[in-house]
Amino acid sequence: MLSSRPERDGPTALVDAPPVLALEGIAKSFPGVKALDGVALALYPGEVTALVGENGAGKSTIVKILTGIHQPDAGRILLEGAETAFPTAEAAAAAGVTAIHQETVLFDDLSVAENIFLGHAPRTRWGLIDWRRMNAEAREMLARVGATIAPETRLRDLGIASKHLVAVARALSIEARVVIMDEPTAALSHKEIEELYELVERLRAEGKAILFISHKFDEIFRIADRYTVFRDGALVGAGHMADVTEDDLVRMMVGRSIEAIFPVRAHNVGDEVLRVVGYSHPTEFADINFTLRKGEILGFYGLVGAGRSEFMQALFGVTEPAKGAVRIDGKVAVIRDPAQAIAKGIVYVPEDRGAQGAIRAMPIFQNITLPSLARTSKDGFLRLAEEFALARRYATRLDLRAAALDQELGQLSGGNQQKVVIAKWLATRPRVIILDEPTKGIDIGSKAAVHEFMAELAAEGLAVIMVSSEIPEILGMSDRVIVMREGRIAGEYERAGLTPETLVRAAAGIGEAA
Amino acid sequence: MSRETPESRLESRPDSRRAIPDRLSTPGARLLRSWEALLLAVAVAIFVANCFASPYFLDPWNLSDATFNFTEKAMIAFPMALLIIAGEIDLSVAAIIALASTIMGMAAEAGFGTPALVLVGLGVGLVCGAVNGTLVTRFGLPSIVVTIGTMSLFRGIAYIILGDQAYTSYPPGFDYFGQGYVFWVISFEFVLFAALAVLFGVLLRRTSFGRMVYAVGNNPMAARFSGLRVGRIRFLLFLMTGLLSGVAAICLTSRLGSTRPSIALGWELEIVTMVVLGGVSILGGAGTIAGVVIAAFVLGMVTFGFGLLNVPGIVMSIFIGLLLIAVIALPRLAARLAPRRA
Repeated sequence: MLSSRPERDGPTALVDAPPVLALEGIAKSFPGVKALDGVALALYPGEVTALVGENGAGKSTIVKILTGIHQPDAGRILLEGAETAFPTAEAAAAAGVTAIHQETVLFDDLSVAENIFLGHAPRTRWGLIDWRRMNAEAREMLARVGATIAPETRLRDLGIASKHLVAVARALSIEARVVIMDEPTAALSHKEIEELYELVERLRAEGKAILFISHKFDEIFRIADRYTVFRDGALVGAGHMADVTEDDLVRMMVGRSIEAIFPVRAHNVGDEVLRVVGYSHPTEFADINFTLRKGEILGFYGLVGAGRSEFMQALFGVTEPAKGAVRIDGKVAVIRDPAQAIAKGIVYVPEDRGAQGAIRAMPIFQNITLPSLARTSKDGFLRLAEEFALARRYATRLDLRAAALDQELGQLSGGNQQKVVIAKWLATRPRVIILDEPTKGIDIGSKAAVHEFMAELAAEGLAVIMVSSEIPEILGMSDRVIVMREGRIAGEYERAGLTPETLVRAAAGIGEAA
Repeated sequence: MSRETPESRLESRPDSRRAIPDRLSTPGARLLRSWEALLLAVAVAIFVANCFASPYFLDPWNLSDATFNFTEKAMIAFPMALLIIAGEIDLSVAAIIALASTIMGMAAEAGFGTPALVLVGLGVGLVCGAVNGTLVTRFGLPSIVVTIGTMSLFRGIAYIILGDQAYTSYPPGFDYFGQGYVFWVISFEFVLFAALAVLFGVLLRRTSFGRMVYAVGNNPMAARFSGLRVGRIRFLLFLMTGLLSGVAAICLTSRLGSTRPSIALGWELEIVTMVVLGGVSILGGAGTIAGVVIAAFVLGMVTFGFGLLNVPGIVMSIFIGLLLIAVIALPRLAARLAPRRA
């Protein structure tokens, strides 16, 4: 792969150039989470810097600091060597920092030219927008990025690749010095990716400093000049691409010991509970096969967007799969909606707690009893005593911290809300529980409680599927691990002898072509 | 459930941090701070003001007459409250009355008796509700758009059938629903209103269906992920609203003794006003039937009191508009003025 990188002349001339933008000692905390802990990042004119790290390493946070969306708690931002601050998104844009996101932030209902010049459109003498000049200048900008799009086109009618081009044209129009590309190829076809590479080359030739965030090693090695690696919100390495190998980067990304913070588990795996055969969806995932046994914790690892959540939601009946079969205890089960899944003993604790799991404005006990109302009510009438008893039982088991069971769920911390969502599912007495990123965005203490509880559930004979993007969690909790990549199973591994490197390679598809 | 006093809870706290009490405050204390309490105060104030304003107000027969100002609307306001709590709305209710009344008129012309007319009224209501419910749940269309459409559709059909004519010949006995009295000054409509209030109050507060309505209104996605059949719940609510519109059509037609296509024109907004004034969140997820009952009385008394004083109708609308805004703005203003709790 290294050989596919175009040769460029005179790298020594660029090395000595001072960075356009440098971050030093940046720290940022969110309630319960230290997202960044004294990281540094330097971006050089005419160079592409790749930012590499696992999910949750702090990449998105640094982008948000660079674009003025978040303010750092500590540290300095140096623009051309002078200390500055980006208190707002406008301030960052004015300083020439612009970002092209995964889901590009543009306006679907405006024309291409309007998107390019939003906020700095050319005006006539009367203060009105000079449409003719705007369209002409937009055409010029689009030509500079090699796009053949009419400036009058409505953005909605363009594909994602073309939208990226518009975003880059916008970056040029505001005289951007720094262009941040956050996983720009995630949703692109092969041909579109090639076009994007050309675009990056063009920006580099114009002397822009480019921050390129990607999980794909082949493209990093193809277009980046420098790398910076984050791990758990800390800087672990930076340098020239020429001096590192894929293995070096992988080691830096995951290089940590799996410490004994995970509960010790007796592995009493029993009979098969669930068998999934050939589950396929038209676009999200294909040909998923696996079995799950009593008392087992099965980890699902993969990059964000690998189709894990989509598959789990299909298994839970939220979306219908195109084909495939599910057997529970050897019998074919038809699952068309969540109600049927729950009746069959499969429950799903969603990743998006706010939207899919918790009903924040309702009391804790009502959240817990919602899927179990048939049991706590009689002839359709509620029995509050039964509800409180059920809620109390599971709240106590999960060591919930709350003022009262009729407190609104939204008043609790994220970790305690997650406990309520898990309690809600356990109260249905399931046979299979699917936990989708169960410890995402919750504090360390609650994390440990959730892990301990997961181990307890498995010990009691519950079959657990845990979707997680955190390698320590996958390795610390699972009996078996399935890695998904681009909607397919990329590998299945027993816990014994499994290393972080194996997981990262399988998830990123490294070493497959070799 | 909560036999614990605040003191005993404090005492038990240091020892067992795992023990979580069921309730934070007593039901009584909560009631005092509620929207319903505020609204009740408004109702009492209007009642007292009416007493001073007109010597005829306290006459039992006058008061009885006053109830007709809101009983039919309130019958629809109850299922509408559930619908709005579930995050939907039905603006076609008044048009359903017009269509049901028109088809009942046709049936009466054709010589059908009172029981058949009642069945026709209820049937038309159910069919209209099913049309709304199907369009919203099957095709995933927003209910506000669907029911603005069916509002024109249903009333349009009534206009096509009737033109500028009117049906005026209803069979003997049919007049009881709108003009009959159960006991002394207590009308049949008032009894029906009271019974429906209890029925819907119990349905919303005491059954698992009611709980699901709140869940769907607060977070339809989480409700679906919790195994609730959200579409079915919404469909049932539209069906209920249609049915009760049919009931209201029977009462109104019986009371007026005639049907014109313009019958109950503009009622949908009065009904929504009643529901919102009753403290039901227009965004869904919150509200009580008790609040709607009090709001019905408030609106009925305002209408009647102003009528006694010969206040023009337009002034009355202005007053109701201001009342609505004031009652909705008041709690928010109070919250802003009150010192923030940590």
